[in-house]
Amino acid sequence: MARAVSTKQKSINTAIAGTLGFLMFFPILWILILSFKTEEDAIRAPLEVLFSSGWTLDSFAAVQARSDYFKHFSNSVIISLGSTILGLLIAIPAAWSMAFVPSRHTKNILMWMLSTKMLPPVGVLVPIYLIFRDTGLLDSRTGLTIVLTLMNLPIIVWMLYTYFKEIPGEILEAARMDGASLREEVLYVLTPMAIPGMASTMLLNIILAWNEAFWTLNLTAAKAAPLTAFIASYSSPEGLFYAKLSAASIMAIAPILIMGWFSQKQLVRGLTFGAVK
Amino acid sequence: MNLRKTFASATAMSLVMSAGAFAEEITIATVNNADMIVMQELAPQWEEATGNTINWVVLEENVLRQRTTQDISTNGGSFDIMFIGAYETPIWGANGWLEPLNEFADDADYDLNDIFQLVRNGLSDSEGNLYALPLYSETSFTYYRTDVFEDKGIAVPEGQPTYEEFAEMAAAAHDPENGIFGTCQRGKAGWGENMAFVGPLVNAFGGRWFDMDWQPQLDSEEWNNAITYYVDLVSNYGPPGASSNGHNENRALFKDGKCATWVDATSAATDVKNPDTSSVADVTDFFKAPKQVTDKGTGWFWSWALAIPASSQNKDTAKDFLKWATSKEYFELVGETKGWVAVPSGTRQSIEADPRRLEAAPFASTIVDAILSVDPADPTLEPVPYTGVQFVAIPEFQGIGNYVGQQISAALAGQQSVEEALANSQTFAVREMTKAGYIK
Repeated sequence: MARAVSTKQKSINTAIAGTLGFLMFFPILWILILSFKTEEDAIRAPLEVLFSSGWTLDSFAAVQARSDYFKHFSNSVIISLGSTILGLLIAIPAAWSMAFVPSRHTKNILMWMLSTKMLPPVGVLVPIYLIFRDTGLLDSRTGLTIVLTLMNLPIIVWMLYTYFKEIPGEILEAARMDGASLREEVLYVLTPMAIPGMASTMLLNIILAWNEAFWTLNLTAAKAAPLTAFIASYSSPEGLFYAKLSAASIMAIAPILIMGWFSQKQLVRGLTFGAVK
Repeated sequence: MNLRKTFASATAMSLVMSAGAFAEEITIATVNNADMIVMQELAPQWEEATGNTINWVVLEENVLRQRTTQDISTNGGSFDIMFIGAYETPIWGANGWLEPLNEFADDADYDLNDIFQLVRNGLSDSEGNLYALPLYSETSFTYYRTDVFEDKGIAVPEGQPTYEEFAEMAAAAHDPENGIFGTCQRGKAGWGENMAFVGPLVNAFGGRWFDMDWQPQLDSEEWNNAITYYVDLVSNYGPPGASSNGHNENRALFKDGKCATWVDATSAATDVKNPDTSSVADVTDFFKAPKQVTDKGTGWFWSWALAIPASSQNKDTAKDFLKWATSKEYFELVGETKGWVAVPSGTRQSIEADPRRLEAAPFASTIVDAILSVDPADPTLEPVPYTGVQFVAIPEFQGIGNYVGQQISAALAGQQSVEEALANSQTFAVREMTKAGYIK
């Protein structure tokens, strides 16, 4: 039975949650505001920025004129979707076997996979850079897709493993007793139950790959550079480009923000999957 | 006649075809600053004339430095031209990572000698091999507000003032209640941020980074005097939160009329003097960066230049672009299309002496004088084994400079004393220099 919560308590909770939410959102809101200002207005005191300066689309126009947004955007889409699909193709069978037919080494393998995330990426930058140089993968979307797949693979496997573990083995056993083959068992019994988990893993991986700013900056030059490199080009130690930097940031995060907004129900459902039975 | 015509047209055709067949794509890594934005806007003219194309990779300065270092040191070959500074050029050149550009000396059209000798020296190794061609050069000088000096009855120094006199000016001009701070100086940690101001300040106080045996001198009396002066000056007459202000923040404050004085890069002058972007364009003038016990090394020296990595696959095309982008004709093109005030400063003698330049930017000669009075090969009162005014041209300096910058920034923020900051810095510098083999 649900615990009774008074109206007063409810409104206090709502106010606290609203304030926290606003504080977390504030930096993005401020970037959004600055992106509609001129460079001169963008560096004024905060109150002046809000109330005594005009609004303009100049920064967006300047950013679009100076750099090719759509090239960077399409690189981001290809790299993040590519690495996610490739990652899922490897991770689903791996997580399935570890969840349903574990061996005595499964726990160690999982820990070993996770341990690869404990090394700072810069530690393997030079070897990977040299391999990429010799295989001609520098500044290529294929190379970046491979690296991002490998970087995010431990997280995908772990997430899927956790979701699969929540599915009772008895259901699969029942399917087998009814004469389902392995393919049918995975396709018709396991997959429908694991879809929320797989969807949220996919969404999370797309977001991680979209925002990845170490490998994407270090392994690209002109051809494969995604939106992270697009933002980085508007930061300057000599000269003020706050408004253009803000406009570039908004243009870079808008697609993923919109995607996140529309899929938040699925994302939250997947992330909390199994927490309440 | 017909035969000759046919021959001529065949030759022309084959030239056009060969130009098409050899059209190349070059990749240029650069920072995002005003001069490079202009170059990106004008570069299509070179592309049209030659049939070649350019891919621009624009990155933030620190990211660019890390990215280009990694590519050049691993022979990656991702870039054909890199926009690098006076610090990296001699070090990378000596390592064999950059293509020597000595052949430009023989090119009469290019007229290498028109580029200031000092700038060429700054972009050459100790044996005189040239490794980069400059786009613009800068030193530091003092920006001051003529209206504030007049209101407060502060005398404008005729020559080079001392830091003591400078502090008196800042004290007299300091009027925070009316929104004017006596002085704005860099406080944000980093070898290219606060240390760019602190380096020449220490030189003026008679200090140096290392003695002739590469022993760090950070715990010396000269360093102590200089840093104590700096912390007092900025704490007493600077804006609140100065320890997080770098070049950009101070430039914004100065342009917004919040600072009476500012010692910083000459390259910001065109922006500060531009009425479209600055509220103090008509009431700003300049004098030299102050001296103290010596006038040696009191203004820094920096040059942004274009270099070709040894790993480039398109060296000839890259050289052709370099020649175009740093030629007299290019500077004139900038003058004619973007205005003579926007021409990159401190590079070519003929451009700085051009009447159109002098008319549009009367302060240009002050900048040139300031640049020419700097000698990176003899930057300090006492002898040193290194070159560089605000930096030491050795690979280890980035790490040491950044650490010392953090210590001094923490002292400015009041988190530790000047003595503690310098003692920590000395320990760190000794450890790094021993590790690198300079100290036996």
